[in-house]
Amino acid sequence: MGSTSVNRRDVMKRAAAAGLLAVPAVGALSSCASGGGEENKAEKGEKSKKNPLGVKEDAALAVYIFNGGYGDKYAQFVTDMYADKYPKADANQKATEKIATQVQPKIVRGKPTADVVNNSGADQMNPGKLVHNKQVADLSEVLDAPSWDDPDVTVRETLVPVVEQMGRFGGRECYQLNIALTVYGNWHSKKLLEDGLDSSYPKTWDEMLAVCKKAKAKGIHGWSYPGGHPRYMFFSMYAMFAQRGGREVIEAMDYLEPNAWKHDAVKDVFEAWEELVAKKYVLTGFDGQEAHTEMQTAWTKEGKCLFVPNGSWVENEAKDTTPKDFRMTVGATPSLDSGDKMPFGTLYAPAGEPFIVPAKAKNRQGGLEWLRMMYSKEAARNLFEEIGSMPVVKGAIDGLELPSGAASAQAAIKAAGENVVIPQFMDWYNELFREDFNNMIHKFMQGQIGPKQAMDTMQKASERILKDPDVTKVKKA
Amino acid sequence: MRTDTRVAKPPPSKKRAEPEAPPKPANGLLLCLAFLLPPGLTPRRVRYDRRYRTLDKYRFIVGFLAVPLAFYALFVVSPFLQAIYYSFTDWSGGPVANFIGFDNYRKMWDDERFWDSLEVSALLLVIAPLLTLVLGMFFAYMITAGGRHRRGQAIAGVVGSSFYKVVYFFPQVLSVAIIAVVWGRVLNTNSGLINGGLEKVGVDGPAWLGGDHALGVLSLLTVISWSFVGFYVVLFSAAMGAIPKDIHEAALLDGAGRARTFFSVTLPLIWDTVRTGWIYMGIQALDTFAICLVMVPSHVLKVTPVFLYERFRDGQYGYATSIGVVLLVLSMVFSLIVMRAGNRDRIEY
Repeated sequence: MGSTSVNRRDVMKRAAAAGLLAVPAVGALSSCASGGGEENKAEKGEKSKKNPLGVKEDAALAVYIFNGGYGDKYAQFVTDMYADKYPKADANQKATEKIATQVQPKIVRGKPTADVVNNSGADQMNPGKLVHNKQVADLSEVLDAPSWDDPDVTVRETLVPVVEQMGRFGGRECYQLNIALTVYGNWHSKKLLEDGLDSSYPKTWDEMLAVCKKAKAKGIHGWSYPGGHPRYMFFSMYAMFAQRGGREVIEAMDYLEPNAWKHDAVKDVFEAWEELVAKKYVLTGFDGQEAHTEMQTAWTKEGKCLFVPNGSWVENEAKDTTPKDFRMTVGATPSLDSGDKMPFGTLYAPAGEPFIVPAKAKNRQGGLEWLRMMYSKEAARNLFEEIGSMPVVKGAIDGLELPSGAASAQAAIKAAGENVVIPQFMDWYNELFREDFNNMIHKFMQGQIGPKQAMDTMQKASERILKDPDVTKVKKA
Repeated sequence: MRTDTRVAKPPPSKKRAEPEAPPKPANGLLLCLAFLLPPGLTPRRVRYDRRYRTLDKYRFIVGFLAVPLAFYALFVVSPFLQAIYYSFTDWSGGPVANFIGFDNYRKMWDDERFWDSLEVSALLLVIAPLLTLVLGMFFAYMITAGGRHRRGQAIAGVVGSSFYKVVYFFPQVLSVAIIAVVWGRVLNTNSGLINGGLEKVGVDGPAWLGGDHALGVLSLLTVISWSFVGFYVVLFSAAMGAIPKDIHEAALLDGAGRARTFFSVTLPLIWDTVRTGWIYMGIQALDTFAICLVMVPSHVLKVTPVFLYERFRDGQYGYATSIGVVLLVLSMVFSLIVMRAGNRDRIEY
């Protein structure tokens, strides 16, 4: 056997594999050229009471919608509204799974063909980079405009406040607008809690421990942990950080401030959870990629656990295994004690499905107008009917008959009022959540590390990102 | 290369009686031009030149190699040089890639996540070839020489050996993604095949991919070896089959048992193949990507290629390519070491 020559070839193969990684890179390079900051030549019409954004009546409008789980029918409804109001305009909607591929090259070249874009899905354009390159329009104009349904109320006043917060990238400007809400928290079966365990929802951590103890006596785990996806624990922990220490604690996390993760509030929350783990109240053993569905089946069908850390999509996701009388409910995170800085009911409820308007869109005013229509009660209600997600428009689905989980989520948002908290670092520094928190919390939930190491690990990770020249930082305004 | 080309014979001369005077030696320029001319059109003066033979030989070789080499340069060498270039930039997918010297490598040196992943990869590099090759050799030996002695045959495989040979090769035919998904299910803590079996005999199976680092490495090693062993069984059985039967007969007559025959006769005779397999498997182990990415949750452990992939995903292309370059250097060093360490005199048979 002529072995030596084969060996060399294999070495080269290996080398080639490393080399080939650069190929897509070359393509991306060639597609880039920055459009300078010249004046906007967008089409504009006369501003009037009926047309507060000054839309040019006959300017064509191009809408790009991500064609994912939500489809694009909810958006077609809005595009049709636009066509009704501006019959002379050619309002055209395109649905695609590849938003960045379809839209970004033209934005980068400074000649966007899209006037409003649903920037979502796996092929999402990096919003931070778009803002950094000044390629997206400030949408404050929409928020300041009178709302569709009532000219005396601005659009901003009709929306839950997180919408504007999530559109900001360290400044006052708002660059993206989300349309649907997700409510995170402690999901449970009201039937099991109230009838099975004869308890009410725990408002303090002591009550939580008491309920878990009661459940344990009946052979039920108070909690559950989807080990294959450790990050789910964040859904039930995050609001507690804020509740315990106030907004300054979570802001410090967002802005990678020194000792952000070493705050006493963070320590208290980790210690509370440590007790839950140490007392073996947590159901574990869901290890694979399907960990969350396994956990949800154990929760809904088998009744093995009381609380699951989850988001409002769970009602739809676990629909097939949920018994009719399950009465799925979301509860806000319990208070630790009276020393908490924010009241019980503080809710981790971010908005999703972001929309942007390219800074140089040909019919920019039309794009803004489209968003104003999206935030009409009519369109919001239609959104809920089409996709089952809660719209960000306040009171839009009042009076509709909601399924148990959605109704409880709606109630939780109402109860939270202003006390809604959003981890912006998840958008800005995703690896801090997706990798560092994820890896750390797994060891924590396994009882391998305690609060101190948990805090050290997160602080170290936060500092690493702060120092990393490859990560663009968002500065506090 | 010993390939001989046809020798340009002198054309039959018109006047036989008069021996031709040897033509004047051609000058260098003419000789270069002759490279492109077919022999029939080449002036005699050049064809009779002593150097023409060498030229003709290399022309023949170049004719075969030019196209593949051009492809190789275009699709292998050039991207790989580009990757090396990008590893010295801060390129993030945008229009600019600034040259930043060794900053990426410095960042890598300080990055704990890189070292954690490299630890796993290095472990795989050492253990996976050992495990796979030993198993592969064992199975191959059983297939070729493990059976009972039948009349008239010095050696024979175990019963059904040709069937086994095919079965061992099955995993090689499956796509890596399928292997990873299926094994992920098999190793599942609550509903997996292994823990299900253990439960039947009253043992509580561990969480194989549930967070324990050692168990994670063990699972990964098992799956990698399982998926590659068939290839080495076939490779080694072919090598063993090529050993003349009379050598085995002689060993048998001298009273050597199976183990003795293997270590003193078979292994030395297939050493070249073993060394090739060792390098190949080592590189595959270092290159483990899909199996780890799909099967092992990233919070349990990750190999360096997975870490590299995550940096790509975050748009840190410059940093990611520098990790790729380090992997390239590591594979080359590994191959050199194995080639040096495994260098023995070849036994001709």
